Amino acid sequence: MAIPLSEATLPVRAAAGSRRWQIDKTALTAYAFIAPAVFGFLIFYLVPTFRAIYISFTDWNLMRVPKMVGLANYDRLLHDKNFWSSMWITLLYVLYNIPPQLVFGIVLAVLLQRISKSVTFRSLFLVPYLLSNVIVAMLWFWTLDPILGFGNAVLGWFGVPRIAFFNDQNLALVTIAAVNTWRHTGFTALLFYTGLQNIPHDVYEAARIEGASPMRQFWSITLPLLRPTIAFVLVTSVIGSFQIFDTIAVTTMGGPANATQTIVWYVYQNAFSSSRMGYASAMSVVLFLFLIVISLIQMRVLRAGESDLK
Amino acid sequence: MNTAETSSNPWGHRIGMAVLIILAIVSLLPIWIAVKTAFTDTGAIYTSASSLLPKDATLFNFQRVLGLANPADPRLAKSGLGKIDFLRALLNSVIFTAMVVIPQILFSSMAAFAFARLKFPGRNFIFFLFITATMIPGAVLFIPNFILMKELGWLNTFQGMAAPYALMTPFSIFFLRQMFLGTPAELEEAAYIDGAGIMTIFFKIMLPLHTGSLATLTILTSIAMWNEFFWPFLIGRNPAVQVMAVAINSFRTQSAAGTPDWTGLMACTVLGIIPVALLLIFFGRKVVESIQFSGGK
Repeated sequence: MAIPLSEATLPVRAAAGSRRWQIDKTALTAYAFIAPAVFGFLIFYLVPTFRAIYISFTDWNLMRVPKMVGLANYDRLLHDKNFWSSMWITLLYVLYNIPPQLVFGIVLAVLLQRISKSVTFRSLFLVPYLLSNVIVAMLWFWTLDPILGFGNAVLGWFGVPRIAFFNDQNLALVTIAAVNTWRHTGFTALLFYTGLQNIPHDVYEAARIEGASPMRQFWSITLPLLRPTIAFVLVTSVIGSFQIFDTIAVTTMGGPANATQTIVWYVYQNAFSSSRMGYASAMSVVLFLFLIVISLIQMRVLRAGESDLK
Repeated sequence: MNTAETSSNPWGHRIGMAVLIILAIVSLLPIWIAVKTAFTDTGAIYTSASSLLPKDATLFNFQRVLGLANPADPRLAKSGLGKIDFLRALLNSVIFTAMVVIPQILFSSMAAFAFARLKFPGRNFIFFLFITATMIPGAVLFIPNFILMKELGWLNTFQGMAAPYALMTPFSIFFLRQMFLGTPAELEEAAYIDGAGIMTIFFKIMLPLHTGSLATLTILTSIAMWNEFFWPFLIGRNPAVQVMAVAINSFRTQSAAGTPDWTGLMACTVLGIIPVALLLIFFGRKVVESIQFSGGK
């Protein structure tokens, strides 16, 4: 039951005489065109998702044949203190990382909008985002090195004693969050900047005539009308933040004393240091479900799909 | 330019500009510190932590991490220097990036063309599935994908590192489909009436018409792949195939016991930044606008 091309663009009707054959041929060509992409989607997205769920019901160290153990991995996870502490650490990380990123992002976007719309400025702020996580981590690991780093030397000018940012149990997680805030703020600002461009000028004009102060305009116009952008940024950055791995692999490796053992780091350790594929997969599936729930809640609360403009 | 506010409040404007400049410095300062360190003589880093310019400036750090230093050079005998063949790693990154970008752009543009211009049963459903794929976290996929590579015997190979990205990413299909939908189809229709086949229309009309979008996507994907760490870290840790980010990470952990080889590490870091910096310098507007677009939709 081929659907005719009709309002799609290639006018099959032009070849009226052999219409039926033409339609099938178009569909076949289309399938040939999407075949590589569909293959890639099946092999590297769809099948692995189900396979991860399957592996999570097994006990498997990659050497022997996987052994079905039912829900044992999920039961174990419920009682695993390290799992819950890594979820908690990840949640803290998200809380340290996302709010500053949103606030700085909006402030920077408003500044760009009001003060300078030059592409040069926007691309300067984008530089950290375009660098590899590994490079960003190395830059800060070096700058904040307790003995030789530039950061501590500058703090020394103000009489601040040396701070071991990455090696202090109480500071390591905040430091990693700050590093990622540094990397992402310019990007977040760019998205907000785009959102600001979409707010019609006459709304502000009207507010000004009514005598609304710039602050009042920001709270009553800018923020509410920016809501779809805020929702998009929040959902994607929270999903990304929950999967923090690279910065930790390069700097603290989960330490000191497990202070930065986030969930993906813990999953990775279980899978590749302890060869517990089943258990690691079970945790990743739980993380997946958790992320779906969090995203749905955020989209619901922020009414992501609607705009107040129309 | 919000002339109303800015002209009535020049001080607000000046303060705003000052804040922007300070933030720009914060964005770039760590990179400058890395550049400074990379040019600093290894022996001098103990006495130049607070300096903004390299002390005893030298190219030696670049030469030694790239394996271009004279093996008889006495400076190589200094303790605390790590061992790395970073030239190999950079070359591996080029190979890896090319092996992903070229097929991904080709296959994604083919699929995007079909989704944007051809009607076929299941079109919307398949496209919807692709979009939902962006919601599947990498944390779920990496274990089964690693196992697949192991089963294929593709660990420590370029094809193992490139495969998951080479056929498609939901983003590139989505991006190109939007671009294709954004242009009128008159040219293609005219060609079709003249008897051109779909293949001809795709290769002779669609692709040449959208070189701008294709170039943009190529730049974005190249930057992403050049920077990629997690997957190549799982699949390709062998020095023969390890890419830039993986090499920097292993170079750092080499010296975990003593002080890391900071000058060597920063030379590698700077070399890893250069390609991205060049792209930004030459295609800055394009990069900024396309990232704005990719997030804004």
